[in-house]
Amino acid sequence: MIELQHLAKRYGDRVAVRDLSLEVAEGELLVLLGGSGCGKTTTLKMINRLIEPSAGSVRVDGDDVSRLATHELRRRMGYAFQQVGLFPHLTVGENIGITPSLLGWTDDAIRHRVDELLALVELDPETTRDRDPSELSGGQQQRVGVARALAAKPRVMLLDEPFGALDPLTRGRLQDSFIRIRRDLGVTAVFVTHDMVEALRLGDRIAVLHNGCLVQVGTPGTLLREPANDYVRQLLDTPRREARLVDSLLSHGPGPDSR
Amino acid sequence: MSAQLALLPEYLTAHVQLTLLALLCSAALSMPLGIAVTRVRWLEQPVLGLAGVIQTIPSLALLAVMVPLLASMRLQSIGFLPAFIGLTLYGVLPILRNTVTGIAGVDPALQEAARGVGMTPRQRLWRVELPLALPVIIAGLRTATVWTVGIATLSTPIGATSLGNYIFSGLQTRNYAAVLVGCVASAGLAMVLDGLVRMVEVGLRTRRRRLVGAATTITVGLYVYTAVTLAAPLFSSVDRPVMVGAKGFTEQYILASLLDQWVERETGRPTAQRQSLGSTVAFDALAAGDIDIYVDYSGTVRAHLMGRTTVGSDREMVLAEVRAFLADEHDIHVAATLGFENAYAVAARATQAEAMGLTRISDLIPLGPTLSMGGDFEFFSRPEWVSIRDTYGLTLSNQRTMDAALMYEAVAEGAVDLISAYTTDGRIAAYDLRVLEDDRGAIPPYDAVVLVSARLAREWPDVLAALGRLEGTIDVESMRSMNLRVDVEGVDPSAVAAAFIATLTDTR
Repeated sequence: MIELQHLAKRYGDRVAVRDLSLEVAEGELLVLLGGSGCGKTTTLKMINRLIEPSAGSVRVDGDDVSRLATHELRRRMGYAFQQVGLFPHLTVGENIGITPSLLGWTDDAIRHRVDELLALVELDPETTRDRDPSELSGGQQQRVGVARALAAKPRVMLLDEPFGALDPLTRGRLQDSFIRIRRDLGVTAVFVTHDMVEALRLGDRIAVLHNGCLVQVGTPGTLLREPANDYVRQLLDTPRREARLVDSLLSHGPGPDSR
Repeated sequence: MSAQLALLPEYLTAHVQLTLLALLCSAALSMPLGIAVTRVRWLEQPVLGLAGVIQTIPSLALLAVMVPLLASMRLQSIGFLPAFIGLTLYGVLPILRNTVTGIAGVDPALQEAARGVGMTPRQRLWRVELPLALPVIIAGLRTATVWTVGIATLSTPIGATSLGNYIFSGLQTRNYAAVLVGCVASAGLAMVLDGLVRMVEVGLRTRRRRLVGAATTITVGLYVYTAVTLAAPLFSSVDRPVMVGAKGFTEQYILASLLDQWVERETGRPTAQRQSLGSTVAFDALAAGDIDIYVDYSGTVRAHLMGRTTVGSDREMVLAEVRAFLADEHDIHVAATLGFENAYAVAARATQAEAMGLTRISDLIPLGPTLSMGGDFEFFSRPEWVSIRDTYGLTLSNQRTMDAALMYEAVAEGAVDLISAYTTDGRIAAYDLRVLEDDRGAIPPYDAVVLVSARLAREWPDVLAALGRLEGTIDVESMRSMNLRVDVEGVDPSAVAAAFIATLTDTR
């Protein structure tokens, strides 16, 4: 469905992404995982050409994306942004309906689709549709962001740390919703995160990036059992390390000062 | 006051026409330019720089510069066009700068979101960048609106009627009711137009369609009114009126009213006035045919237009020289010599002159370094002053340029010791001033002459003949007493002119 071949991005002398090749199968969710500055967001943005690659190619459904008009390419792929990026001068409904309106859907079709999507992301269409984005909580805004990405029924979704800025409880609820939505719709997705637990919960496969290079790609099980190097091992060990830390804090008390 | 209010519809309409059209063109020019600048970044510095330079030109100077500029392009050089172009240029910067700032200030995350949802560059502009930049752009539009309404009052000296007519003539003739009406009306207009723009902004921001609709309807209504009133003269079958010009001081207002009433009375033709023109603007306007008649002074024509730096002292010789020059070089004709001279003179408070023993300009030579002198806006750069200074070898402690109307008060109150008075000025007697005798003949003669355009001389012989009948009818005492009545007694110039015409026709 999506093929990245020898993809690279340079900014002057700095290399953001180096010779990266990956495939995402139809209906699969691939997580791009890594720390800050590893090139995961750059890679994601090269798929819908928000960033133009310095070398290599991206194929979606066999079509080389560099041959397509950027706006048409992007209308075919939903994109959820880290900062949500809802337009403050438009209502929630208008934000969700924006790509369909660019595609020339009728008003009726758009209205119907907006209500359907609001229900899908567990917001009440009646009370939410005509509000300003600024009236919603962070979690609600991110739900609207996901709904907007899904609006034009894309077969591919790109998600850039969509739940990164939310508190852990809200993040957990949105992950649950997202797992359900994806199961219902069966879209192919590329999901960028630096959160190990999120990667393990959501990903069919995980691609670990480090310093612009692909270190390892495989199912969560493969990565846990056969990490390719120390970096991957440490990265995947993070949740267990944190859990051990919590256990020890609970059994021994918080620290020497308050003992 | 009611006489002043009667003029309000004409002045206000003209002011609205100027302001609204200039603002429309400012916006039409600067918004696309601002958008272009945000697309082609290297344009930003040169374009904003140029607009900034235009803004640093003092507004009155920018308007005045339009006159020779348009004349050199053989376009209408006084009146509506130069004022309109000057105001348009002046309104560009605030709108341009705010358009650029507003678009550049759109959150990069939203710019990226706009690309991410699949907008083309054009859709990004119309659906995201412009709506988000709108409050900033509208703030610029409001600045431009208030500036333009205010600066439009300065278009009076370049021959465009505006609310400035009240202010300029009111200040000159000490008619403070007129000044007040002018200021209040222009401030009120600024507030109304600013309020309209604000209504649109608030309406758009809070998505209140009715508010936007109301503001838009009023605005469109104003533009329709402007268009209709501007177009009306084009379709009217009435002949273009005989246009009488006046420079911006009391005597000129009286004489323009006098000629206006006289021509209308003697020929039955419709007449109109263009008041408060700058000194050279009046001449340029006559040469270009934008006005038909105005009164100038032989010495002024000789010094300013003929560029003579020597001082001709013989009245008849100077007149003959001027007459020949105007006819040969500009096809402008002298219809009549009115009979009086309005020369520059050096005047001092009578009491001070008495105490210091001043009767002649040469008496000033030893005292010069201790004395200060006030002059009108032109005086110290005029050849007359150069001639006085050089002929007498005068040096003064201080030279101050001030409004002619304030000069007399300044000398009477002792703020300055001497002023450049005019010999016909009623205030010489009213303020108890003494005119110092020009004992070395440094000041040229200033015969008042009625100048008419080539077209008037050719097409309206009846008007030319009527003007000819004014030859020698106004002596210096009559002129001085008419000036006195306006400047000191506060009588309206047109009333003074009417009274004088009555005396002329009684004796006939």
